[in-house]
Amino acid sequence: MSEDVLFQLKHVSKGFVKGKEKISIFDDLNMSIERGDFVAIMGPSGSGKTTLLNMLGGVDQPTGGEIWFDGTRIDSLSESALTRWRAENIGFIFQFYNLMPMLNAQRNVELPLLLTKLSKAQRRKNVETALALVGLSDRAKHMSSEMSGGQQQRVAIARAIVSDPKLILCDEPTGDLDRGTADEILEMLQLLNRDHGKTIVMVTHDPAAAKYAKRTLHLDKGQFVQREIVA
Amino acid sequence: MGSLIAQILSVTLMNLGSLRRRLWMSLAMVLASAVVVAILLAFLAMAKGFEETMRGAGSSQIAILMREGSSSELSSAILQDQVNLLSESAGIARSANGPLISPELYVIVDGIKKSTGTEANIPLRGLNKTGMAMRTSMRLVRGRMFTPGTNEMIVGEGVLREFSGFEIGKEVRFGKNLWTVVGVFSTGGNIFESELWADIKIIQSHYNRGSSYQSIRLQLDNDGGLGSIKETIAREPRLNLEAQSEREYFASQGKQLQYIATFGWVISAVMALGALAGALNTMYTSVADRAKEIATLRALGFSNFSAFCGTIAEAMVLAVAGGLLGSLAAYLFFDGLNTSTLGGSFTQVVFRFEMSPDLFLQGAILALAIGFISGFFPAWRAARMPVIVAFRHAA
Repeated sequence: MSEDVLFQLKHVSKGFVKGKEKISIFDDLNMSIERGDFVAIMGPSGSGKTTLLNMLGGVDQPTGGEIWFDGTRIDSLSESALTRWRAENIGFIFQFYNLMPMLNAQRNVELPLLLTKLSKAQRRKNVETALALVGLSDRAKHMSSEMSGGQQQRVAIARAIVSDPKLILCDEPTGDLDRGTADEILEMLQLLNRDHGKTIVMVTHDPAAAKYAKRTLHLDKGQFVQREIVA
Repeated sequence: MGSLIAQILSVTLMNLGSLRRRLWMSLAMVLASAVVVAILLAFLAMAKGFEETMRGAGSSQIAILMREGSSSELSSAILQDQVNLLSESAGIARSANGPLISPELYVIVDGIKKSTGTEANIPLRGLNKTGMAMRTSMRLVRGRMFTPGTNEMIVGEGVLREFSGFEIGKEVRFGKNLWTVVGVFSTGGNIFESELWADIKIIQSHYNRGSSYQSIRLQLDNDGGLGSIKETIAREPRLNLEAQSEREYFASQGKQLQYIATFGWVISAVMALGALAGALNTMYTSVADRAKEIATLRALGFSNFSAFCGTIAEAMVLAVAGGLLGSLAAYLFFDGLNTSTLGGSFTQVVFRFEMSPDLFLQGAILALAIGFISGFFPAWRAARMPVIVAFRHAA
């Protein structure tokens, strides 16, 4: 595996049994993601986009094949090892933000840092930096219910980057936002990729969103049907 | 380790912070726990109060003697010649007037309970001057002492509280005899306050007891004490008596009503099962309600152990809050409450419910048990649910 390759899927298959029927989502899926890449994964509903994203994030396991991340095979890790691996390497951004409603923006962003050995002062400093990066320094003490959808998603982005993960996984990050706000969020992801070197994988059904990525992979019936490089 | 503690603390605080979303179900769990603990404490306070009432009456320096085989004064009978024989025994403390020995008579009379308006048995104890003197905790709180040789009596404070018609100056009819209440006495809350006291000679006469008694109380000396008394009884075949210290006697009488505490635990355990069913439902609902949060935290890298501990902590906080509420209610409603029940001699023993720190501790243990059991299985589900499944449930 090239040193530039962060993620690699080798002959990955995923299926499940429904009644007496075996249903296959992927069969012999192969892909590589290099460091600093920004990949959009598109496809119709049921094509397996989110399942693929979940496997990349270690919250779902393949039924066959291998998944390698930065030289480590993650599909054979135990549940607890996978949890630690996620904490150290992955930042998640969800369609509906998934903020903790009982915590303010600052405390939400701090959550991944509770899994580190950073001191309270260091955690606070990192949180301030992350919130400043997404332009929400002045909303640090606000609860999610006091913020717009776009602001909430920016808090979620700050939470995803605060522990400096190697990979950010976005599941329809603009699916719940209007066009203007969606563009702001996508520009922010683009900035994180371009200026901060973050590797991003984004699942979306929106072609306009996919245009912000460096390249787009089209998934249909468990296979990549087309590879497109976005300028 | 520090990270794990931070995770657990954080998840616990988040769970508690989300209680508002499940306000009514959470309150139902608190209330169920409160009711169970309050009922347990009520029973325990009753048993404790009874036990204290009995124990408080007993002195280790006084021996009580009854006919061999008698478990209580009511079923005992002692003759005057036995009293005379015993008077010469070693082990009895003596004053200038002779040995401190008090033959006593114990008969049952009727009283009307204030709480129910029904008849209940009250003990009428016949005492001589020595018997009075041996009860060092006794003090007249109102009125005066009965005059020997008359139909006068003094009543315990417990009798006055629980029964009607025993106020000072009132005339009370027992059978053919009319008695006058001339005083009220206290013995510090022990069982003697559930009695009426009068001159022993008058009671022997009115109840045709001749020169017989039902028990003998002896003030023990500091030499042989109870051992010497027992030796005397063993040597003299005419003394078919059993001797024990007054403290032992009342302690054994008190144990007869320990079933109250056992009954309290049984009732509480049955109720706790009902409360557990509700609490389990509350906690399963809580886990379902927080499925998205649990899944998100797990996706971020929080351990399943922190999800487990957070759920257990939530359940225990709710149950303990209920326990505190139940304890407070029990304290406000039951502590010091006067009541009476049938004692070992088929007479009413008046006593007070008595709350104490060890009872509150038992209530707290019950609340913690409810919290732990009701939290364990939902917590297990929260911890074991795969992230992907939790996200699906939350969708």
